[in-house]
Amino acid sequence: MKQNRLAALLLLFSTSLYGQDLLNELEKTTKPSTEYTAATFKGSRLINGQTVETRGRGELEFIFAHRFGRINSGAYELFGLDQAYVRIGLEYGITDRLNVGMGRNSVDKTMDGYLRYKVVSQSSVARSMPVTITAFGIAGVKTSPRKEDATFDIQFNDRLSYTGQLLIARKINSNLSLQLMPTFVHKNLVDKSIEKNDQVALGIGGRLKVTRSIALTSEYYHRFDVVPGNPYYNPLGFGVDIETGGHVFQLVMTNTRGLTERAYLTETTGDFFNGDIHLGFNVTRTFQLKKQK
Amino acid sequence: MKKSLILLFCTCTVVVQAQKFIAEKSAVSFFSKATIEDIKADNAKSSSIFNSETGEIAFSFPIKEFKFDKKLMQEHFNEKYMDSEKYPKSTFQGKIIDYQMTGTGAQSVKAQGKLTIHGITKDIDVPGTFEVEGNKITMKSKFMVKLEDYEVPRPQLLWKNIAEEIEISIDFTFKPYEAK
Repeated sequence: MKQNRLAALLLLFSTSLYGQDLLNELEKTTKPSTEYTAATFKGSRLINGQTVETRGRGELEFIFAHRFGRINSGAYELFGLDQAYVRIGLEYGITDRLNVGMGRNSVDKTMDGYLRYKVVSQSSVARSMPVTITAFGIAGVKTSPRKEDATFDIQFNDRLSYTGQLLIARKINSNLSLQLMPTFVHKNLVDKSIEKNDQVALGIGGRLKVTRSIALTSEYYHRFDVVPGNPYYNPLGFGVDIETGGHVFQLVMTNTRGLTERAYLTETTGDFFNGDIHLGFNVTRTFQLKKQK
Repeated sequence: MKKSLILLFCTCTVVVQAQKFIAEKSAVSFFSKATIEDIKADNAKSSSIFNSETGEIAFSFPIKEFKFDKKLMQEHFNEKYMDSEKYPKSTFQGKIIDYQMTGTGAQSVKAQGKLTIHGITKDIDVPGTFEVEGNKITMKSKFMVKLEDYEVPRPQLLWKNIAEEIEISIDFTFKPYEAK
């Protein structure tokens, strides 16, 4: 009796559902596909350092970054605005995952060239992956001082440095993204009394979207096993990302003037909490050179 | 109990087989005409199911599957304007009116029902064509959607970039649906 009633109820239920909710039925017919997380960060730079983001195939990004002098340098220097350190760079998407880039930073007149490869993308539904991982490798050539200005017989090799990073990020939700950056730096020539050739750091950073187009960002790198007597500081920065169409403006406050990995990771001269803060900005403009399809 | 459930299931599937059609091919695109830049995006991964006995129809359009020429534009479309993490799909649920399964050639029909975009549902009534060929059905429609109606924001700084109204075209081919 009970069973019959249940069956009748089920029948009633199924007939009432039937026809009414075609949409539900439709959902059942479609296979779930992998959903990749997009836009973990607005740009390829967080503050000074990199993000997991890659340019898509055929996209060319022009990056103009700028750091003023220290804001605690007084009115005579117009609170740092009289000085400027610049990096001009280009980054191109060979594929959606592989990017190649180059640039020049006025600090130590450094040329750089790098590769960025997105190893895995954060995804959900059919294939679930909690994080996006991007590998980043950069080589830098410090072209200052010139041979004739150097106090010793400087060789080309002495000017080189290399940095390798794993960028591991998770977009926690639409507004919050966090990133960890285990980092290794090798400098061919160092003053052994204050630093080693090989240095290790771990970075942490994040962004918090406050409106559709504006996000707050921060980034900090902690260096490990620093030689006693090393005069440099760990780089710290805070910023605001403002995005308008193909441009991203990033206004930043940081204790470093360097805009290449070697300079900001291992040669940051400012003490953030002593007011050695550089205002600056990164501006990117993206051009689609090849259509997506 | 088990038997009656199986019986119920069987009768259901038999009925389903007889009168339902599912999209085997879909093309959805939208077009925004504006002074600075015409914007077009195509989606080939939409799905639909049609009940030829009652005229009821449902469409599902995955927002992230709209492909743009510019990747950055696609990212902005999803992140800034459609909030596609929050609203991954647009849907239509309604009825096709004035169609004949026995007719030949393209018939002029209407679709009435609820269109949901960006989490907002509105009643719409749009014209289209309906054509039966063998056991396949083709449906096409072209209509305008006002972004404001669905609370889709338009860029403030570059307001000229996106039209107030965008044109949506759909072209679906259906085949008989056999529930597995």
